[in-house]
Amino acid sequence: MNTRNQKTVSRRRVLLIGVALIVFFFASFAFGRYAVPVTDVIKILLKNCFGLPFKADWDANMEIAVMNVRLPRIVLACLVGCSLSGAGCAYQSVFRNPMAAPDILGASSGACFGAALAILLGRSSVGITISAFCFSILSLLLVYLIGSRVRGSRATSLLLAGIMIGSLFSAGTSYIKLVADPGNQLPAITYWLMGSLSGAKMRDLLFAAVPMGVGLLVLFILRWRVNLLTLHPDEARAMGTNTERLRFFVVSAATLLTAASVASSGMIGWVGLVIPNLCRKLIGNDNRYLLPASMLFGALFLLLVDDISRNLLAVEIPIGILTAFVGAPFFLYLMTRKEKA
Amino acid sequence: MQTIEVKNLSFAYGEADVLRDVSFSFHESEILSVLGPNGAGKSTLFRCILGALKAYRGDILIGGTDTRTMTPKTLAGHIAYIPQIHRPSFGYTVSDVVLMGMTRQLSLFASPSAAHEQQAYGALQRLGMERFYQRDFGSLSGGEQQMVLIARAVAQGSRFLVMDEPTSALDYGNQMRVLNEIRRLTKEGYGVLLSTHNPQHALGYADRVLALSGGSVLADGDARETLTEELIRLLYGIDACFADTRAGRVIVPFVSGVP
Repeated sequence: MNTRNQKTVSRRRVLLIGVALIVFFFASFAFGRYAVPVTDVIKILLKNCFGLPFKADWDANMEIAVMNVRLPRIVLACLVGCSLSGAGCAYQSVFRNPMAAPDILGASSGACFGAALAILLGRSSVGITISAFCFSILSLLLVYLIGSRVRGSRATSLLLAGIMIGSLFSAGTSYIKLVADPGNQLPAITYWLMGSLSGAKMRDLLFAAVPMGVGLLVLFILRWRVNLLTLHPDEARAMGTNTERLRFFVVSAATLLTAASVASSGMIGWVGLVIPNLCRKLIGNDNRYLLPASMLFGALFLLLVDDISRNLLAVEIPIGILTAFVGAPFFLYLMTRKEKA
Repeated sequence: MQTIEVKNLSFAYGEADVLRDVSFSFHESEILSVLGPNGAGKSTLFRCILGALKAYRGDILIGGTDTRTMTPKTLAGHIAYIPQIHRPSFGYTVSDVVLMGMTRQLSLFASPSAAHEQQAYGALQRLGMERFYQRDFGSLSGGEQQMVLIARAVAQGSRFLVMDEPTSALDYGNQMRVLNEIRRLTKEGYGVLLSTHNPQHALGYADRVLALSGGSVLADGDARETLTEELIRLLYGIDACFADTRAGRVIVPFVSGVP
């Protein structure tokens, strides 16, 4: 009996994505306007992170570039990619629809409104992040509150409430743009909404890492159960699972991930839609392997796109624009490609 | 021998009564077939029994215990549900599908182990479906999919199976194959509650028939005694002719006045 064959293939592919992520994680330190050889990158990292006694035979600017500029940015790219892709994958299961994306419940619109409001009120970058995060969570609470009062299927009512709350907050954001000072506030809002990882600081990172860590951990340990959410709720319940509770946990974790991602880097589209669907083709739909694969691949994807975004042109391209440029055609290719027999 | 008792069950969606004072019981090793026209309350009855609807009046007891007091996990230990085959939202392999039947044996944070996979394989073997273990569920024929869903219920390890029109989406041959398999499972001790739109299936395979109309029980009893021309007329508003052949009794439905 050859029952574990296919699982072995899935597991090997997840592992391969993980290895690629590690390789590119370190390689990304070497990319940039200011060239740093990979060997120096590794030495600098080992020295600063683990206190290994290397003789500093490199330029001091290299250390600054690696530790203060590139490290936070690379880690943030990985975290945001991982979170958005994991959240997208989870939402797709909850809504039993492969077209679902992290902003489906209005979490992104809430975050954008929060950020725009904070910019209008002249808050600092930390204030903007916190405001974005809080409004994102607020929008989810509203969606849950309204969704539970709508009659009919739970997933559909959440979806409808999400669309409604999302468009309310979008309207709010538009209004703020209208009244914002066109000299400095409006460009700041516009730029923030485009999504960017530039200017990532260690401090932002710590703020983002906690909710992301919680969300990723919850999704990871529940990953097999997430399969049950893709069935009809009656069916899943009859197999002995408390579907309401499970859905609440998964949606909360996914929203936490989305809120933290959008709050720390703005609207970065397409990752949460394209990467899970790519992984479905590579790994299959069993969330035991699909969720970890989506998380790792999401991190890898955003890391690579960010490398391009900061190196392609002299002026940095906001990453939200690039993910759409890369993501949309790629998604079209995925959808139109012939299924293999 | 365990029994599921439904006592004075009533259910309403808002103002509209769907079930009115429904009482019956069924036990292990028998097939109880629920007959009734569309909207008679068959699905609502099943959803109450499966614990998906709780706002009913009356009681549903398994071995004397009120199912409302049971967690989904405990209830799943008694009753497994076999839905109508439908295209799943995402394509799973047959092994993934059957493994989902193991849910109640796993803690919230656990994934199935190799031992669970062996059990899933064993459940497929019991239905002679093990050669499909690695296949894509979506690539199977309707009959094969239905058998896999039955295997999933067997893997769940409960004594009672509730089936929502198990033959409705199947071709003629597969209908008979699936019904024969269900018959075989009751010989092994499973109690089966199924709904059907075909009185012929109830006559050929069920031990007992429960006829629902407008949310009330119209008849409840031995299949051969209960299924009469009169009952068919009351349930479906058409006539029927019963005839005994060497393969058993057949029902030929017809509409009066049309030759």
